[in-house]
Amino acid sequence: MIERTSDKKITRDTVRYVADLARISLGEEETDIFREHLEQILKYVEQLEEVDTENVIPTTHVLSSMKNIFREDIPAPSISPEEALSNAPDKADGFFKVPRVIKER
Amino acid sequence: MRAGKVLFKMAKYDTVIGLETHLQLSTETKIFCGCGNVFGDPPNSRVCPVCLGHPGSLPVLNRKAFEYAIKVALALGCGVQRTVKFDRKNYYYPDLPKNYQISQYDMPIAYDGKIKITLPGGVHKVIGITRAHLEEDAGKLLHDIPGPSSYVDLNRTGTPLLEIVSEPDISSPEEAYLYLVELKRLIRYLGVSDCNMEEGSLRCDANISLKPAGAAVLGSKVEIKNLNSFKAVREALNFEVARQTEALDEGEAIPQETRLWHEEQRVTISMRTKEEAQDYRYFPDPDLVPFEVSSGVIESVRETLPELPASKQERFLGQYGLGEKDIELLISDIDLADFFEKTVKIFSDPQVVCNWVKGEVMMHLKEQGESIESLGLSPQTLAEIIQMASSGRISGLSAKSVLKEVIGTGRSAEDIVRERSLEQVSDKGELEGIVDSVIADNQKSVNDFRSGKEAAIGFLVGQVMKKTSGKANPKVAGEMLRKRII
Repeated sequence: MIERTSDKKITRDTVRYVADLARISLGEEETDIFREHLEQILKYVEQLEEVDTENVIPTTHVLSSMKNIFREDIPAPSISPEEALSNAPDKADGFFKVPRVIKER
Repeated sequence: MRAGKVLFKMAKYDTVIGLETHLQLSTETKIFCGCGNVFGDPPNSRVCPVCLGHPGSLPVLNRKAFEYAIKVALALGCGVQRTVKFDRKNYYYPDLPKNYQISQYDMPIAYDGKIKITLPGGVHKVIGITRAHLEEDAGKLLHDIPGPSSYVDLNRTGTPLLEIVSEPDISSPEEAYLYLVELKRLIRYLGVSDCNMEEGSLRCDANISLKPAGAAVLGSKVEIKNLNSFKAVREALNFEVARQTEALDEGEAIPQETRLWHEEQRVTISMRTKEEAQDYRYFPDPDLVPFEVSSGVIESVRETLPELPASKQERFLGQYGLGEKDIELLISDIDLADFFEKTVKIFSDPQVVCNWVKGEVMMHLKEQGESIESLGLSPQTLAEIIQMASSGRISGLSAKSVLKEVIGTGRSAEDIVRERSLEQVSDKGELEGIVDSVIADNQKSVNDFRSGKEAAIGFLVGQVMKKTSGKANPKVAGEMLRKRII
């Protein structure tokens, strides 16, 4: 995890780190472009720091009037395995097939 | 610990253990969609756009899962969060099609609870519960080793999970085991999960660290995964205590890491440590609006709480007059306790029923290793068999064999007794001739009994049994013999 420095500058390392988390690969030039973009975005959002938010509960949702939306515990039809797998790049025996994710021990 | 024990063995290190338990809640449907919450179906047959994480689909919270979580919270003596929100835990792994898990980060639905365990010797200890939060389960992966692929089944994706996190109050592997037994008992009483570790409806990870005895600062934490039974938890922790003690004795530092319990080799193995700490980037899930938990909701859930183990114990003590050990066994599982009470309603001698339950029924239960329902034995049938034995219609030995056959075949006790002609002959008229001939043929034993050798009567009863191929009621035969000899 990368700590932002006190002057809140976005470094090239920060961009690479965020890109890695998002599984995006960036070229050198792109890294520079996004570094600038991200810095501008953060600077814009930083204006919010001027507001006194002491004793204000963080907003987690903008639809403040909408609360307690439940569904009852009643089964609805599932889709078929064929349909579920219809967009899969690879499949076998009813499973999604992916590159092996664990190493041999 | 008693003073004598301290002198005997002064531990060099304190063991500090915390447990994270995942419970699959036994709702009909998944937590955020209407797919059935069922184990063992063909792969990818219990899925829909929501649990597959298709773009544009929206999760909607299952009310029952929410209520079950509150129910557990109340039973654990937890505070219930008045405003509940869900957060996204972001990570990439193929068991999670959305690339995030809907979970709860900083505002878990339940916090600050406790579980009381009873240590060997009867001392009680309270283990704190830090928090319990709702989340969705991930899918299941199969790995083709040494092949190049993994296979993903997303049926489990979206199964409601309640993660219960204990305080690091557990000071030994045995206490960890007792904590889990108690937690499982409580959850089974509540009826919100079947707690079946084999099917993964109860899963547990353990955190353990050692520190010099009495030290304030905790040692490095080692997390143990892949614990498939309560016994495995205890064994893996025992292994870790030994491993870490040895390392510390050698002056080595314990690295903070995750280790896997290897069931066959009975050791923990280090998972390769990741270069970077996981960065889950939690943030509130905008797809789910907040939930306000009113006092009314809490109270209505409280009304659904069943009689919990402590109250049941007290009631059994007063109502049935059984010993403490017997009651402890009967209330160790809600189904067993219910089974006992239903049987007593029909055959109203609690001690006799208890003896059958703790003897024969428990024996079959242990052999089959499953729940009391899976034995296929109803309280009515057990009561019927006990009735047959206590009325002398069949012998105690026959009764046990009838019970075994009922459990094995599911046939009725009455049919088995008839077909195998197990009925005892208690009719004195029928036994008269045989008793007389046994007396005539065994004069030595008869004289022995007359001269005060009580044991001789046993031999004579045995002869009657032999002549009737075991059909005679030994009690009746004994009485008849005594009467005639004296």
